[in-house]
Amino acid sequence: MIINHPHLGPRDASEFTILGDASLINRPDWQARDADDAFYNYQYLRDNPAGLHRELWFHEQGDRSWLVVTRDTVTHAVIAVALASDIAKAAKAKTAQKTAPKKVAAKKTAAKKAVIKRNAT
Amino acid sequence: MSAASLSQKNRITGGLVDRNQPLGFRFDGQHYTGFAGDTLASALLANNVRLVGRSFKYHRPRGILTAGSEEPSALVTIGDGAHQDPNSRATTAELFDGISAKSQTKMGLLSFDLMAVNDFLSPLLGAGFYYKTFMWPAAFWEKIYEPIIRKAAGLGSLSGLADPDQYDKGYLHCDLLVIGSGPSGLMAALAAAKSGLQIILADEDFCLGGRLNAERQEIDGMESASFAESSLAKLAAMDNVRIMSKTTIFGAFDHGCYGALERVNEHNANGSIRQIFWHIRSQRCILAAGATERPIAFSNNDRPGVMLAGAVRTYVNRFGVAPGKRVAIFTNNDDGWATAQDLHAAGVEVTAIIDSRTDIAKTPPTGVPTVLGGQIVNTTGRLGLRSVTLNNGTHIPADCLAVSGGWSPTVHLTCHQRGHPVWNDAIAGFVPGGNLPDGMIVTGAANGVMTLASCLQSGLKAGQQAAHDLGFKPAVIKPPRAADESFAIQPFWHVKGSDKKAFVDFQNDVGVKDIKQSHREGFRSVEHLKRYTTLGMATDQGKIANIPGLAILADISGKTIAETGTTIFRPPYTPVPIAAFAGRSRGKDFRPTRLTPSHKWASAKGAVFVETGAWLRAQWYPKTGETEWRQSVDREVLATRASVGICDVTTLGKIDIQGHDAAAFLNYVYANGFAKLPIGKTRYGLMLREDGMVMDDGTTARLGETHYVMTTTTANAVGVFRHLEFCRQCLWPELDVQLISITEQYAQYAVAGPNARHLLEKLIDSGEDISNEAFPFMACGEISICGGVKARLFRISFSGELAFEIAVPSRYGDAMIRALMTAGEEFGVTPYGTEALGVMRIEKGHVAGNELNGQTTARQMGLGRMVSQSKDSIGLVLSRRPELVRDDDYELIGLKPVNSDQPLIAGSHFIGIGASTVAENDEGWVTSIAYSPHLKSAIGLGYIRRGNSRHGDIVRAVNLLGGQDIKVELCSPHFIDPEGTRLHG
Amino acid sequence: MRYSIWSLINQALTGNRNWTPVWREPEPKSHYDIVIVGGGGHGLATAFYLASRYGMKNIAVLEKGWIGSGNIGRNTTIVRSNYLLDGNEPFYEQSLQLWEGLEQDINYNAMMSQRGIINLYHSDAQRDSYVRRGNAMRLHGADAELLNQDQLRSLCPFLDYENARFPIMGGLLQKRAGTARHDAVAWGYARAADQRGVDIIQNCDVTDFLIKDGVCTGVETSKGTIRAGKIGVAVAGSTSRVMAKAGLRLPIESHVLQAFVTEGLKPVIPGVITFGAGHFYISQSDKGGLVFGGDIDGYNSYAQRGNLPVFEDVCEGGMAIMPMIGRARMLRNWGGIMDMSMDGSPIIDKTPIDQLYLNAGWCYGGFKATPASGLCFAHLLARDEPHKVASKLRLDRFRRGAMLDERGAGAQPNLH
Repeated sequence: MIINHPHLGPRDASEFTILGDASLINRPDWQARDADDAFYNYQYLRDNPAGLHRELWFHEQGDRSWLVVTRDTVTHAVIAVALASDIAKAAKAKTAQKTAPKKVAAKKTAAKKAVIKRNAT
Repeated sequence: MSAASLSQKNRITGGLVDRNQPLGFRFDGQHYTGFAGDTLASALLANNVRLVGRSFKYHRPRGILTAGSEEPSALVTIGDGAHQDPNSRATTAELFDGISAKSQTKMGLLSFDLMAVNDFLSPLLGAGFYYKTFMWPAAFWEKIYEPIIRKAAGLGSLSGLADPDQYDKGYLHCDLLVIGSGPSGLMAALAAAKSGLQIILADEDFCLGGRLNAERQEIDGMESASFAESSLAKLAAMDNVRIMSKTTIFGAFDHGCYGALERVNEHNANGSIRQIFWHIRSQRCILAAGATERPIAFSNNDRPGVMLAGAVRTYVNRFGVAPGKRVAIFTNNDDGWATAQDLHAAGVEVTAIIDSRTDIAKTPPTGVPTVLGGQIVNTTGRLGLRSVTLNNGTHIPADCLAVSGGWSPTVHLTCHQRGHPVWNDAIAGFVPGGNLPDGMIVTGAANGVMTLASCLQSGLKAGQQAAHDLGFKPAVIKPPRAADESFAIQPFWHVKGSDKKAFVDFQNDVGVKDIKQSHREGFRSVEHLKRYTTLGMATDQGKIANIPGLAILADISGKTIAETGTTIFRPPYTPVPIAAFAGRSRGKDFRPTRLTPSHKWASAKGAVFVETGAWLRAQWYPKTGETEWRQSVDREVLATRASVGICDVTTLGKIDIQGHDAAAFLNYVYANGFAKLPIGKTRYGLMLREDGMVMDDGTTARLGETHYVMTTTTANAVGVFRHLEFCRQCLWPELDVQLISITEQYAQYAVAGPNARHLLEKLIDSGEDISNEAFPFMACGEISICGGVKARLFRISFSGELAFEIAVPSRYGDAMIRALMTAGEEFGVTPYGTEALGVMRIEKGHVAGNELNGQTTARQMGLGRMVSQSKDSIGLVLSRRPELVRDDDYELIGLKPVNSDQPLIAGSHFIGIGASTVAENDEGWVTSIAYSPHLKSAIGLGYIRRGNSRHGDIVRAVNLLGGQDIKVELCSPHFIDPEGTRLHG
Repeated sequence: MRYSIWSLINQALTGNRNWTPVWREPEPKSHYDIVIVGGGGHGLATAFYLASRYGMKNIAVLEKGWIGSGNIGRNTTIVRSNYLLDGNEPFYEQSLQLWEGLEQDINYNAMMSQRGIINLYHSDAQRDSYVRRGNAMRLHGADAELLNQDQLRSLCPFLDYENARFPIMGGLLQKRAGTARHDAVAWGYARAADQRGVDIIQNCDVTDFLIKDGVCTGVETSKGTIRAGKIGVAVAGSTSRVMAKAGLRLPIESHVLQAFVTEGLKPVIPGVITFGAGHFYISQSDKGGLVFGGDIDGYNSYAQRGNLPVFEDVCEGGMAIMPMIGRARMLRNWGGIMDMSMDGSPIIDKTPIDQLYLNAGWCYGGFKATPASGLCFAHLLARDEPHKVASKLRLDRFRRGAMLDERGAGAQPNLH
C-alpha cells in the first residue's frame, strides 16, 4: 500500500507501523465520574467498520510523524491522510469549547459590557 | 541435415530454434539432442518422447498437454543434488546444454509404474473417498494409513539440502506496465512508448512475441513472428522502455504494486543470481496476457499424445517439431481448423478433423477427412495414443490428438483484488468484469478479443488510453494490417456417456464422474466442488480444469455457467520459489545485526556473544583455563562486587527529551511523579501501558532546565519511543516537548563495584568532582573526561554496587572501553557480560524481561505504590480494575533451594508440599534463576500468590519437563545488601 | 448413510451412483428453539454438540454463503493445545481431546494427524518461557516435552543449526498436536448435525436481529423472518459487522492473515514447526504441499487478501531456519479475516441482550478450537451457564481486568 504523507509525499506502507483506530486520540478525562467506563470504552471497544476507517500510522522508518489515514477496509483504498497532531489539536480545541461554554458566554457578556461602557463614556 | 537433426525424428523445418546450436540433454538417464530455442518439452517431442510423467492419483501415463506455464502433466525434476528442482514444467524450461531431467510420480519405471494399480482401483478411490474410511481403529491413522497416503502423495522431491543458489530483490517504478508480449501487448507497448511513457514490457517466456511466434499469420506483409521481432527491436531501441523476458507478473497488489519474478538463470545459475523478485510500482497496467486453451472431457482423453490444439501449432510453428506423425483434431471451434491448416502446411498428416458442431461451413485442407457433429468417445494406446474412437463407431488412427474446447481469457490478475469475471457467451468464456485493480486496462485475448487484427487494434487503443490517462499526448500509429480470421465457438465441454476416465483436471485426476458424484453428495457450490474433488488445486491452479469443471457442474445442476460462478483467483499466477521471496535475507543475513562500539574490543578479548534482539552483546569473557561458562560468570560477579567491573550497556534505549513541557510530559508517561525531579538528578521511572500493565522501566535524568534523557530496556527501546511519540503527537500535542532516539549516538558503560569511583576519578578532567557528596546516588550531569571529551555521567546501579554509567558519543565508544580498562588495571578491573549482569540483578531483586513480560502489573512486581494516584498518567485508570488489585494476586518473591546444592530451573511451577501436581495446586512460577557465588547457592525470582506474606515458606519448584521437583524457601527478592548501603557508598 | 470401507466397496461396485447428499437443503422453518448464525466450523460444531450431547432439537444453522466458506476453509489446519494461561489451556486441551475422538464421533475422516508441533527457541529467556508454558500444559493434563538441540536434530535434521541468525537451540514439543483436513471438519460436523435433524440453511444472510426490550427473539434473513428461543452468533471475521446490527460494539478488530501452500512434494517436513522469532510456521499436508504462514498484515481489513511484505517476511523466516525449502514453489496464497480480540483470546459468552449469545474473537487460532468452541457454545446455549473449560472466556473480562493475554502485548489486536 502507499500512504501519501502530508509532508513527504507517497511512501510505501512498509515504512510505517500501524497502531489502530484513530479514536485512540480521544483519551478520556481521568477525573471524570465515569472514568472507569470511559477508559474501558476507549481502550477496548472498536467500531471496526467494513468500509471507511480512520486509523493511526506511525512513520517509523521516516520522519516519525503519526498520521491519521482514512482507508477503506474492504478495498484498501486510502481516501485521506493528515497529521495526527493537527487532528489531536483540533479535537482538544473542540473539547475545550464544549467543556467551557460558560466561560465563553461570560467573556462575550464582558465584551458586551465593555462596549456599552465605551459607548457610555 | 546435421546429425543433431537426424536424431530428432519429429523435427521438421521452420521455427525459431537455432539448428546451428545443438544442445545435449538427458531425460530419465537417456541422452538426447535438441536446439537452442527449444523448451525441454519441444526437445522431448522432437525426439519422439511422448510419455513424460504419471498422474498424481491413478498413476496414469501422461504426456505433454500444452506449450506453456499452464502445463498440468509434463512435470519433471530438473537438476541434481542441491540444485534439484522438482515439478518443473517441461513446457517452459528453456533447454540448455547438459540439462538433466527426471520423470516424477512413479514407483519403478516410468513405463511400468507399480502404483498404476490405483488406476484399476479407481472406482474405490473416487472423489473424497478418504473422508469415508481409514477411521478404524483410530490409532491406525498416524501409524498405518497416513504414512501410506503421504508416501504416495506429493509430486517431485526436494533435495533436503539448503538451496545453493542466490536470489535477489529489486524495485522498479514506471508509468505503465505491459503484461504479455503477444500482438496486443506489443501494440500497447509501442503506442505507449511512442507517447513518451516510461514503460516495462514483461513476458514469462524466454522468447517474446506470445502467440505471434506460435501462429502462421501475416501482419503488414510479414510473418507474424517477424512482426514480433521487428516490433521488439523498435521497443528495445527506445530509452523509455525496459523489456523483461522470463519475467512473470504473478500478482496484482494494492495501489499499483505488481509482484514479478524474473528467472534470470533458472537452471544454470552457476553461482550467479538465479532469480530476481521485483516489486514493480506502476501508475497504469495493461494486461495483455492472452488466453488459455481448454480440453474437452471424454474417456481416456489423457493419453500421451493428446494435446491442446494451440499447443500443437506452437510446436509446429515455433519449434519446428511435429508432435505426431498422424494427427487427429477434435474441436468445438474454428481454432481446430487452423491447426489442421498449419499441420498440413508443415507436411504433417492430419487423419481427421472432428468438430462437435454440425452447422458450419469450413473448408479443410486438401485430403483431410472431416466429421461434423463428431464426438470422440474413447481412445487407445496405454503409453501413447494409437487411435481415437468416434461416437459413430469409427476408429481413426492418430499418435497425436489436437483438442480444442475453446479459449479462456487469462483474467487472473484482474481478480487478485476484488474483481469477479463475467461470462461471455460469444467466446464461451469468462472475461474481466468491473472492479479491476486500480489503473488496470485489459486488452486482447485476455479481454475476450479473439482475432488477430482486433487484438492488434485493441492493444494499440489500450496503449493510447494509458498515455491519455496519464496526461501524455497519445502517439498516432497506424494499426498494422492483418486478417481477421473467423472465431466461432459452440460450447462443448464433455462427451455425454463417455464419463469413464474422462479427465478434467489432468494432474489431480479429477474426472467427469467425480464432478457428478460431488454434485450428487451435495457439494454443489463451485468452492465445495473444488475442495471436495480437488479440481483446480493442482500446480496449474486450475488454468486448464476450472472452466470446464464448473461448466460441467452447471450442466449437471441445470444452472447457467454465469450462475455457477468461479472460484477465487489467488496469487501467484504461476508458482514462485520460496527462496525468491526471501532474497538475500537468509542465514546470518536474515536480519541486520547491531554491534556496540566496544564489539571489536570485546571480540579481541574472546567474549562469547549472545543475540539480544538485533544486538550482539558480550555474554561473558572467558579467561584462559576456564572451561565452563559458570567459572567465567562467577569470577566476573565476584570481581565486580569485590573491586570493580565494567559492562557495555549501550544497547539500552536512550531517548533525548527537551522542551519547556518536558517535565509535564514525563509526568504523563511515567506512573510515578516526575514533575519535581531536580536538575542533576536521575529517577527510576515506571512506565505503564494504557491497559494498566507494566510496559517498561528505566531511568530518566534531568540534565538541564528543559532537558532530560530517558533510558529504556534494550528489548523495548523501539516500542517505547513509538509510544512516546504517540503520547506527544496524539494525546498531548499542546505540550512543548521534542523527542529523539539517541540509542546509537551514545556508547554507555556501567562501572560498578567499590572501586568504581576510584577508577573514574582517574579519567575525569581536573575540576570535576564525583565524590559521594558532590555526586551522590542518583546524581547525573555532563562531565569532561580524558582531556576534554564531553561525557554524561549517571550514578545509577543495576548491580547494587556503588556504580556509575558513563555515556560518550559513539565515536569514542571504543576508546572509552580501552581507557576504562587501562585506568582500572590497578584495581584488577573486570569486564562483565550479560550473564554476570543477570546474576547481580537477581541478587539485587531487580526485575528484567522475564518478570516484566507484558503480563504483569506494578503491584505484582512490588512497585504498586509507585503508581501515583494524584496525577493523570498513562495506565492509571485501568490499573485500578478489580481483577488487577486482587488480594490473592501473584507477587514477586525471591527463592532459594532448601538444599543449596540443588539447581533451580526457570519456568518451574510452585506446588505446595504434599499437594498433587495438577493445575488446581499451581501457585506460581519461577521467572529467573542464577547461581549466586556470594550465597553459594542457586537463587531465583518468581511470582507466587500472596508472595509478600509468604517469605520463609517452603514450597516445591516443579519442572515436569525435566523431572525436577525440589523444595525451595521463599524470601525477599533482595538477596544482597537489602538496605542499599553499597550503592550509596 | 454410514461411511466405512464397506460402503465404499459397495458404491464402487455400483458405479458410485448411489451416494446420497451429505446434508439436506431444507427451507427454513418460521421458528426454532435455537438458531446458530454462521455455518462455519464453530457454528456447525455447536449445532452438532447441541443435538448430540445436549439433547436439543429444533436447531437451525444459517449460513450467508456456502458452509465452511469462512476461516474453516482458509487456515493452516494446525491443531494443538500448547497454551500458557489458566483461562486458555484447559479449553484447548479439551479441544484436542475432542479432536482425538472426532472421526468416531462424527463418522467422517477429518484426517486428524498427530504428528506433533515444535516451537523453536533461540535464547535462554525463550527457553525459560517455554519451560513455564510446558509445565502449565502438563499440569493441565496436556503433553509437552522440552527438546535440546541434539534431540531436535534427530527429529529435524534439515534445520540450519550452523548458520542461523538466531541460533536454533531446541524446541518445545507437543506430540499430540498436529493437523487436520480443514474442509472435512466443516463437512463432517455438517453431515453429523444434519443426520441429527439440524437444518443447515445455506445462502441465508442474516440482515437484522429482532430485539425488543433487551430481548432477542429472532432474526430477519434473506429467506424471511426466523424466530428463535435463543440465537447464537458464531461468525468470526464478521463479528463486528453482524453484532453491530444488534447495536453492540465489541473488543474486536478484523485483520487479514495470509497463508501459503507450495506445490505437492514428497514428505519432507515431519510435523508442525514454528519459528516465533521470525514469524514463520510450516507443516506438510497429506497431499504433499508445504502449508505455511506467519504474522497478520497488521492493518484492519475485510478484504480476504493481503500484500507482498508478508509474503517476503514469511519466506525470509522460512529460509532463515530451513533453507532446504528454497526451491519449493509457492503455489497459492490466500487471506482470511481474523477476529482479533483485544487480548488475543476468544469470547464465548452471553451478551447484554437476553437470548443473544456470542462466540467470537478467535484471532488466528480458531481452527484448533473448533470442537471445544462448539461444545462450550452448545453448553452455554443449552444450560445458560459457561462450560467449565470456557469459564474465563468472558466478554466482561476487559472491564474487570481479567485479560487472557498470552503474548503480553496489551490491548493492541494486531500484536497478538
